Amino acid sequence: MITITCNGETRRLAGEMSVEELICSLDLNPETVVAELDGRILNRSEYAVTKLAEGATLELIRFVGGG
Amino acid sequence: MIFVNDRPLPWEPGMRVAELAARIKPGADVVIVNGFPALPTAVLADGDHCWLIRRGEVPSAEEMDHLLHARHTPGVHEVLKRAAVGIMGLGGLGSPLAAALARMGVGRLLLADYDVVEPSNLNRQHYFIDQIGLMKTAALKATLARINPHVVVECLEAQLTEADIPKYFAEVDVLAECFDDPATKAAALRSVLRNLPGVGYVGSSGVAGHGDSNAIRTRRLRPRVYVVGDGESAAQPGQGLMAPRVGIAAHHQANQVIRLLLGVEEER
Repeated sequence: MITITCNGETRRLAGEMSVEELICSLDLNPETVVAELDGRILNRSEYAVTKLAEGATLELIRFVGGG
Repeated sequence: MIFVNDRPLPWEPGMRVAELAARIKPGADVVIVNGFPALPTAVLADGDHCWLIRRGEVPSAEEMDHLLHARHTPGVHEVLKRAAVGIMGLGGLGSPLAAALARMGVGRLLLADYDVVEPSNLNRQHYFIDQIGLMKTAALKATLARINPHVVVECLEAQLTEADIPKYFAEVDVLAECFDDPATKAAALRSVLRNLPGVGYVGSSGVAGHGDSNAIRTRRLRPRVYVVGDGESAAQPGQGLMAPRVGIAAHHQANQVIRLLLGVEEER
């Protein structure tokens, strides 16, 4: 069990998970999400290869279309 | 004392509109006194505000400057006049946003879009029926010149990517994201947060449909970085983009751009 903080809320993950997997588990399209992990804005290419560690703080900013 | 085109002038008893026009602005064919059209024979009272207009004449840069000074206060106007703002995407958000900033007298606007004006754009975007088929950049530049020809407008006809946003917009004070596509919105914010720490940013998400006006909000993500919208209302079948709500969001963005330029920062 890994505990992280995602958008200010405590979230318990069943096991090791990448940022991309977490975004997908929330039914979001990773292409439309900006991810900040422990104060650092991730490159899009990092989502799939960055694992969420115990105590991580993740901010997800999600966009919907239209303009 | 009377005010003629916002400038003070000594008042004399019995002063008439026609004499004033002949003296200050020969050829003026429209005279507005205290907000209402006046006849040439009208007598001016002390304290009157008088506008002398030649129909169809474009005010000089100096006159426009003076007007905006008077309307917005010198402190605001001087800051906006020196400012540069980038606008990425010239659709339902970007085109009214650009018009608002031109009206405010923002000194330099850098407009980016790769699309042409289509008939389907006219339900919400700041274009005209005789501009169908023109590049949005060129059409909007022409419209802005009709609002305030003294604003410097530069056009960028390109489909922007995450990689080239920093290249094009490193010199602007504030950058507004007005894209349609959500992946491009995310890419733009990521690009600016990673590469342009000094640039203020106003993005957008959730502006479609005819839902509650008051659900449109300006949210602060971090110092000098904001996103406008309700965060949820995506453009999709059954929930189109419509002039009122997209316009509300566009003007939220415009106001936040102005606030950033003026150095107002919320504590929230």
